Amino acid sequence: MLERLDNLSFKIFLIIFILGISNVSYSAENKAEFIENNWSFKGVFGTFDRASLQRGYQVYQEVCSGCHSVQHLSYRNLSEKGGPEFSPEEAKAIAAQFEVTDGPNEDGEMFTRPGRLSDKFVSPFPNAKAAAAANGGAYPPDMSVLVKARKGGADYIYSLLMGYEEAPAGYELDDGVYYNKYMSGNKIKMAEPISDGIVEYIDGTETTKAQISKDVTTFLVWAGDPHLEERHRMGFKVFFFLFILLTLVYLSKQKVWSRFGSKNEEEEVFDKAERAVSKYEGEDPDTFR
Amino acid sequence: MSEEKYVPKTKLAEWFDSRLPLLSLSHHLKSYPTPKNLNYWWTFGGILTFCLITQIVTGIILAMHYVAHTDYAFASIEHIMRDVNYGWLMRYVHSNGASMFFLAVYIHIFRGLYFGSYKAPREMIWIIGLVIYLLMMATAFMGYVLPWGQMSFWGATVITNLFSAIPFIGESVTNWLWGGFSVDNPTLNRFYSLHYLFPFLIFGLVILHVWSLHIPGNNNPIGIDVKKGSNETMPFHPYMVMKDLLALLTFLLLFFGFVFFLPDFLGHPDNYIPADPLITPAHIVPEWYLLPFYAILRAIPSKLGGVIFMFASIFVLVGLPWLDSSKVRSATFRPLYRKFFWVLVVTVILLGYLGAKPPEGIYLLLARVATAYYFIHFLILLPLLGRYEKTDPLPMSISDPVLDKPGVMDKFKEMAGKYEGENVGTFR
Amino acid sequence: MTKEIKGKRRDFLYTATYTIGAVGLGAAIWPLVDQMNPDSSVKALSTTEVDISSVERGKTITVLWRGKPIFIRRRTKQEIDEAAAVDLKDLKDPEKDSDRTKNPEWLVMIGVCTHLGCVPLDNKGEYNAWFCPCHGSHYDTSGRIRKGPAPTNLEIPKYEFVDSNTIKIG
Repeated sequence: MLERLDNLSFKIFLIIFILGISNVSYSAENKAEFIENNWSFKGVFGTFDRASLQRGYQVYQEVCSGCHSVQHLSYRNLSEKGGPEFSPEEAKAIAAQFEVTDGPNEDGEMFTRPGRLSDKFVSPFPNAKAAAAANGGAYPPDMSVLVKARKGGADYIYSLLMGYEEAPAGYELDDGVYYNKYMSGNKIKMAEPISDGIVEYIDGTETTKAQISKDVTTFLVWAGDPHLEERHRMGFKVFFFLFILLTLVYLSKQKVWSRFGSKNEEEEVFDKAERAVSKYEGEDPDTFR
Repeated sequence: MSEEKYVPKTKLAEWFDSRLPLLSLSHHLKSYPTPKNLNYWWTFGGILTFCLITQIVTGIILAMHYVAHTDYAFASIEHIMRDVNYGWLMRYVHSNGASMFFLAVYIHIFRGLYFGSYKAPREMIWIIGLVIYLLMMATAFMGYVLPWGQMSFWGATVITNLFSAIPFIGESVTNWLWGGFSVDNPTLNRFYSLHYLFPFLIFGLVILHVWSLHIPGNNNPIGIDVKKGSNETMPFHPYMVMKDLLALLTFLLLFFGFVFFLPDFLGHPDNYIPADPLITPAHIVPEWYLLPFYAILRAIPSKLGGVIFMFASIFVLVGLPWLDSSKVRSATFRPLYRKFFWVLVVTVILLGYLGAKPPEGIYLLLARVATAYYFIHFLILLPLLGRYEKTDPLPMSISDPVLDKPGVMDKFKEMAGKYEGENVGTFR
Repeated sequence: MTKEIKGKRRDFLYTATYTIGAVGLGAAIWPLVDQMNPDSSVKALSTTEVDISSVERGKTITVLWRGKPIFIRRRTKQEIDEAAAVDLKDLKDPEKDSDRTKNPEWLVMIGVCTHLGCVPLDNKGEYNAWFCPCHGSHYDTSGRIRKGPAPTNLEIPKYEFVDSNTIKIG
């Protein structure tokens, strides 16, 4: 019995360990622990907070978009299900605020026109080199999948936005480099982007640094994973279905196998063995066990 | 229940089957006799077939939308994830499917190791299986390059550079592999082409794998030959089909748990950063299923040596049927081998863990010890065990433990406990 | 008796398992099929705006919409009259010219032959309008099929005049 338990737990341990390895191996070589938030999109049933996404878009637009692109996002996404869900008219109006380069026209020249829903988000710089040149040599990364591209995901982004501090005494910083508790190496070339009241929300939500950071983080999570809600919903359905099918298949399997003799095979083996043993020693099988 | 020959029921069936014996084949697959004591560790063959088909189907679909060009590869993946109908589902099933495929194949391999499934007359099954495993690793590696993220690029760079360790012609070989002087567009294109090709080679080899299995028939947890004509076997359908299905559905719970709720857990965040040939990520880590080999590679303090040992760690398995000279197949009756088997399992897992750690200090030391043990296990321990290990007496058949001889009473008690331990718990 | 009941219950169990399994398989196949349908970025490109201020009378411009050529022709008075004068009885696919245009001066249609998808040529054929070189279909000045294998008239896309110089297709 002990060996059996030992063996089983060993096997389970094996599987968990293998799966656990990736996590262990990829976890950061620890700096500060990220600030954990109770995000609405976390967990099996997680969904986005629409109002927060809409505010987050505003923060992106007013604060981040000067340097950071989100080139994989289109204006139409703003009105799609599972996102900020602006009305189609609102999304159209947002798109029309931007000058999109199009062409060439009949004369072979590029021209600009107001943005349409089908357009991708307009990038602040024509290419990565231009972006780096305008930002002291540091390329402000595209934000489309930024949350997925960082260990810690949403918590990391939020922590980074909240992690600007005075450098400790004696800590040397070059010009244009800032101290951030959560940045790898603690040096960051982006000046603190978010501060109290840097945007003004029309829905009257308070504009503290924490609230603004939360909203823009939520927006970035959605930007990187626009099908999150659909994925969670479908996952729930799939599991519901799997449990039903699993039950049915389990019962069917038991039925099918019961055809192969009324008794479970192991019982049969033991019965046989017990009969043989009692014949051999003249003992009662029950005392043997 | 022995296998009956297929007898056509209609004239049409007879006409067809005498020209192309597909009906005979399907009859054979249904009635193929399997030992009745197979436990759930034997269901991973079916699970692996499912994994392969899933990877091929989702892969063909992804190929309809993917663009194999350094300028567009990353964007085309994002296009799949965002715009293509159910594209995110296809891609997450494919990327997590690779991990699930390897999880299943490792269980399958270790099952073979434990129960001695590689021993005569099943050497061909084992060797074909190893070829499949090698192709799987190549396929997975090339697939990981396709999204053209940072890990794709640098993983490709590091792995292809392994070949530069070959004396004299190393550089020519790497340039040939790359189609240039570094990993670039030509490399991406050929990896894409081969990534598409290899699964079909694997598929062909799987057919050979199963074919070579159906000649001697399945091994079983007791490891002794079953009498095919006896009541010790049951037809594959419906008994094993139902059991495999039950195991597959349980496996799917894990699979879909990752796909729907932790889709990026097994991947590396750096692969969501587009490839940049100017910046190497701080830690280059292969996917988890390749980590043990990565650890062996780095444990050897010479470039060529590391590469040789890494490949040797796989090729040593080819010789396994001859290195393990014990006549007894199942570890159930090999008390010493059983202990060493678990030491090997722990060693491989340890190597996997170390493969993800920087190769320095205690990690490097441990990796060297583990690498050494890995080779000692196969090259020294197994041949010696075959000679000196005192194995437990084997039962007469898979359903009748040896009993009717004087003096075996104690043995039976021990075996009964063991039999229960190995089987009953997992069987139900 | 009990055996019978048992047998029925067993049958029910298997039927239920098969049915649920088949439903699951069907549901799993749908994404595999649907992924080939136009994706959301393609669907979003459904409108395009065309500046027609520089088109002269008797000239056709061709623009691309949803990957297909769109003919925008500024018709001459003669062409309009010809198109309007045709007796509907003579037509294979009877349609009034006035039903095919929003403004008789402008004919907007999808430039794809309704036979097998080739692009018809301008100012050609028996009606000096459109002629498909692939299999010899002749269209009149209203883009209606008059002769040849094509079954229907050239299709009219959804469009509107945004202002007097701009047409929005889609």
